[in-house]
Amino acid sequence: MLRFLVSRLALIVPTFFGITVVAFLFPRLLRGDPVLLLAGERGVTPERYEQLVHQFGFDRPLVIQYLDYVWGLLGGDFGTSIATKNPVLYDFFSLFPATLELSFFAIAFAIIIGIPAGIIAAVRRGSLFDQAAMGVALVGYSMPIFWWGLLLVVVFSGMLGWTPIDGRINVRYFFDSVTGFMTIDALISGQRGAFSDAVRHLILPTIVLGTIPLAVIARQTRSAMLEVLGEDYVRTARAKGLPPRRVIGIHALRNALIPVVTTIGLQTGLLMGGAILTEHVFSWPGIGKWLLDSISSRDYPVVQGSLIIIALIVMLVNLLVDVLYGLINPGIRHRG
Amino acid sequence: MTDATAPVPDPMTPRGTSSWAARRKVLGEFWFTFRQNRGAVVGLVIFAILVLMAIFAPLIAPYSYEQQFRSNFLTPPAWEEGGVPQFLLGTDAVGRDMLSRLIYGAQYSLLIGVVVVSLSLLGGVLLGLIAGYFGGKTDVVIMRVMDVILSFPSIILALVLVAILGPGLVNAMIAIAIVLQPHFARLTRAAVKVEKAKDYVTSAKVAGAGHLRQIFVTILPNTFSPLIVQATLSFSTAVLEAAALGFLTVGAQPPTPEWGTMLADAREFMLSAWWVVTFPGLAILITVFAVNLVGDGLRDALDPRLKRS
Repeated sequence: MLRFLVSRLALIVPTFFGITVVAFLFPRLLRGDPVLLLAGERGVTPERYEQLVHQFGFDRPLVIQYLDYVWGLLGGDFGTSIATKNPVLYDFFSLFPATLELSFFAIAFAIIIGIPAGIIAAVRRGSLFDQAAMGVALVGYSMPIFWWGLLLVVVFSGMLGWTPIDGRINVRYFFDSVTGFMTIDALISGQRGAFSDAVRHLILPTIVLGTIPLAVIARQTRSAMLEVLGEDYVRTARAKGLPPRRVIGIHALRNALIPVVTTIGLQTGLLMGGAILTEHVFSWPGIGKWLLDSISSRDYPVVQGSLIIIALIVMLVNLLVDVLYGLINPGIRHRG
Repeated sequence: MTDATAPVPDPMTPRGTSSWAARRKVLGEFWFTFRQNRGAVVGLVIFAILVLMAIFAPLIAPYSYEQQFRSNFLTPPAWEEGGVPQFLLGTDAVGRDMLSRLIYGAQYSLLIGVVVVSLSLLGGVLLGLIAGYFGGKTDVVIMRVMDVILSFPSIILALVLVAILGPGLVNAMIAIAIVLQPHFARLTRAAVKVEKAKDYVTSAKVAGAGHLRQIFVTILPNTFSPLIVQATLSFSTAVLEAAALGFLTVGAQPPTPEWGTMLADAREFMLSAWWVVTFPGLAILITVFAVNLVGDGLRDALDPRLKRS
């Protein structure tokens, strides 16, 4: 297991440096003077320009600039936002809980519906349910989620008036952020109706962000289940006269879930991409919207910093998935 | 590599199956398996309709995609109250016929799919072949670069690339192609490593085949199956991502009738005019769905190991 972990980590190090190269080069590849782009100032005098060149280290060789940049990153210096004047890392931590909360709900939604749907479809293979569920899953898998979000808003917010259009909570409610999770903070605040309002704000974004993972998990659960149901030990269990519920629920499911866990993990990594679009549609103040806004407002230090952070998150999630997979699948664990 | 008129079987082909008849038999078997998958056939039919729609857009579309009818802003679809038969699916905020724009939009989506898949296939396969065939340091460098690309969520990397290249359809396609090509590189590399160890490659080498012949004539044709499946998958991803970039206003620019761009334009009217947001998205969904249906069918027909039992 340890060797497995070390070999995984060894792969991450060069990738991490590759990511920092991308972030480092980004403002230098843009059209325009990177010094002015990174400073975000207008009407710069020649003296001030000299000062900025020196401040950002543009008067030194590129390699030194890069090493300097990485050294800063390792020390937690991800740059300073032009818009908020805050350290990028500070802004990240204040916005990340919103994305985390949304992602958590989306994945939970996908798992709670996707796994049972996949199991039933496999057990009743070829049935109407199977065909319908897999048809719907393929539609979900093909969904342009930004449109899906707009459509849900048109129907449920516009026509029916059931759900709010955007944001995390009604402006009526105001309380201090304790955990950053709106649902939990609302509960802590003890204000009447705050919690249910936060939940109502979460419903549509959760569905939108969870749709593709739901489809993928349902399809994967079904095919993993089908594979396992054809195995000898399942037939043996059946032949022994065990009740079908027990055969499916314990003997088959436990093994079928191994690849499903990997799928769930990979989907969690992919959520960051979906989060950008979902947060854009619902004006959800998370890191997806943060990155998007920083690109359009030319807040390049934020773009650089958030690129690295997002890639790191994806990498860590994938590492976690690998480790988890190793833990639940002895075949991998012992191969090292 | 097989020539219909070649009198002698090509000694470089594995298992000596080189004749026209054999090739036709393989294709026949493939078609037989593919045809059994009802969904795949449906997908193929929808896709064919889309292709025809794109090719004959100027003939089918009632109007040009940029013609404005100044007396018909946001006219609802014909069957709704206030709709007119002249505009079957209604008009948008500047009085353009929705149906015509949607039909012309098929041209862009298919173009995006074809160009992105071609670019990423070409780049990815080339890199994968080089990495897999030569191995060693070349392999390490190429594959680590692929890892870096894959460590970013694709839409984010595409956004950043577009920020560098500048917004627009062509740059969006280049960005998406760059983001998608590592999948092809990985697949090709893996297939090459497997094939390289097989006897027929060794025998070709002994027979005196050079690097180029080895790579392109001996090995490449045997890596086709997974690549075709990946290409289909990438086609639908490309359509989706390009539409997403259009929606984020950095892809195709107005007045291009690209479906994602149309959605971005329509967004502010979505609560008062449902049709301006509903139809372009539906068009994206149908296209991607059809391609994915075909993709599922291809996977089942080409790769028995991946078959969804």
